[in-house]
Amino acid sequence: MTSLPSQTTPKKLGLVIDLDVCVGCHACVVSCKEWNTGGYGAALSDQDPYGPDVSGTFLNRIHSFEVTPEGGEVVGEAGAARLIHFPKSCLHCEDAPCVTVCPTGASYKRTDDGIVLVDEDMCIGCGLCAWACPYGAREMDLAAGVMKKCTLCIDRIYNETIPEVDRVPSCVRTCPTNARHFGDLADPGSAVSIMVAERGGMDLMPEQGTRPVNKYLPPRPRKPLAAKAVPAAEDTRGATGFFAWVDDMLDRI
Amino acid sequence: MHPALSIIAFTTASGLGYGLAAVLGLGLLDPASVATKIAHFVALALISAGLLSSTLHLGNPQRAWRALSQWRSSWLSREGVMAILTFVPLCIAAYGAIFQSRYLPIAGLLGTLGAAVTVCCTSMIYASLRSVQAWHTPLTPACYLLFAGAGGSLLGLFFVASGGGNVLVLSVLSVVLLVAAWFLKWQWRQRMLSQVPLSTPESATGLGFIGKVKLFERPHFNDNYLTSEMGFRVARKHAAKLARLSVLLGGVVPVAAVVPLLLSGAVTPALTVLLAIVAVLSHAVGVLTERWLFFAEARHAVMNYYGQ
Ligand code: SF4
Ligand code: SF4
Repeated sequence: MTSLPSQTTPKKLGLVIDLDVCVGCHACVVSCKEWNTGGYGAALSDQDPYGPDVSGTFLNRIHSFEVTPEGGEVVGEAGAARLIHFPKSCLHCEDAPCVTVCPTGASYKRTDDGIVLVDEDMCIGCGLCAWACPYGAREMDLAAGVMKKCTLCIDRIYNETIPEVDRVPSCVRTCPTNARHFGDLADPGSAVSIMVAERGGMDLMPEQGTRPVNKYLPPRPRKPLAAKAVPAAEDTRGATGFFAWVDDMLDRI
Repeated sequence: MHPALSIIAFTTASGLGYGLAAVLGLGLLDPASVATKIAHFVALALISAGLLSSTLHLGNPQRAWRALSQWRSSWLSREGVMAILTFVPLCIAAYGAIFQSRYLPIAGLLGTLGAAVTVCCTSMIYASLRSVQAWHTPLTPACYLLFAGAGGSLLGLFFVASGGGNVLVLSVLSVVLLVAAWFLKWQWRQRMLSQVPLSTPESATGLGFIGKVKLFERPHFNDNYLTSEMGFRVARKHAAKLARLSVLLGGVVPVAAVVPLLLSGAVTPALTVLLAIVAVLSHAVGVLTERWLFFAEARHAVMNYYGQ
């Protein structure tokens, strides 16, 4: 049924992504593809995989943006342009337009935890849901002809056959810098909710009226390089003990 | 948005077909004439061809019947349901005309209504998407309806002329609908060209509080489904030229061809048919161009992440 749940879901499972921490290594992209090509539904196919026009289905992609404050052009200084790596996957929106446009009932939002899924046996591959999503979170698999999207690793998070530490989405488990966090954003006491409250977690494109569940933590302000007083290498006045003796000796030679 | 040939062909053909069906349903053509019988056949053929071509772009067309299930929420589903429901009165009306040389008013009017609602559903698929700002306006369904009506009137005019009937009513209707359609279409385009983007790279990333956001590197260096489906770009100068061409072929030429027919007795029957053919063909090419631009010029919000 492609009507959205009539009440807000008791749980809102989702991701919190820390833009201050992500280094743009694409490890989550690879681990997502690896897990999901053998997991829920059809494999994530590649087209022309070894040729010049390689392309393929990904549920998670990293963009890199350059952000330039008014008048700031010098790299490395406060007020200077900075590079921000930006992971993007389905935000499991509360008012998901991708769900309501689906003609077949293949796209749905789960009433208990709010995860947005595609039932691939019902999907006709019309692509309308990908048009409706303003975030580009849905990609048609060109081999299977069905719509693919982030499942929040539904086959991990409830999977009692794997160790508890692994019962988080593959991207979260993989991220070497801990830039990705998974949890229940409906529970104000959850670690992710506290993080969002403390760091001012943001919605992407709030003007589209989708009410995303996933939140992004903004990059922290950058300190000017000058403020980090690096001790001048030439100055040995504070040296004591052995170093003072060496300093003294070297001066004499 | 990528202008997929199957969708452009579908909306143009089914628009013409439903327009002609609506004109037939109003009883504006003489049911005894052979031309009218052919007209009924042509309307159904155009609609069916359009619907068939729309299934060509599906990844799994064998499950297309499932698309009839979500009419409560989805405009695409509503379109499918209405298309099938509308076939019933249209086929009854066609049967009456073809085999009994009769105009059946109830089936006819229901067919006209169904045709209008179906075209409306088609256009609402686009108009309901907030992610494509150019489409997200009531002008979109208004234009689709008027183009279907104008095309249908011109086709009707051709069949009346071929059957030797009185072309006055359909000539008037054609001119009125053509002028209205292109007037609203021009408004539609001006709105698109002058609109302030609802979403920007700043709002898409949430990074606007730091400064101006510019794409530094794409996720992958080649195109992906998103960029090839939604990242289509057409040069502005070409788009402007094509837009003018579409008005010329779709509006100015047909109106110029039909206006002489308003002066009764001024044109011989053979010339009337010729003028109607010119009007229909020129209009069809104009609308195809218009439909191509409808997709090619529309910018999708996701392109804020791709630096386009
Ligand atoms: S991010 Fe896109 S695909 Fe995911 S729920 Fe929102 S609208 Fe749907
Ligand atoms: S592509 Fe599949 S999931 Fe998406 S709208 Fe079409 S049928 Fe529904």
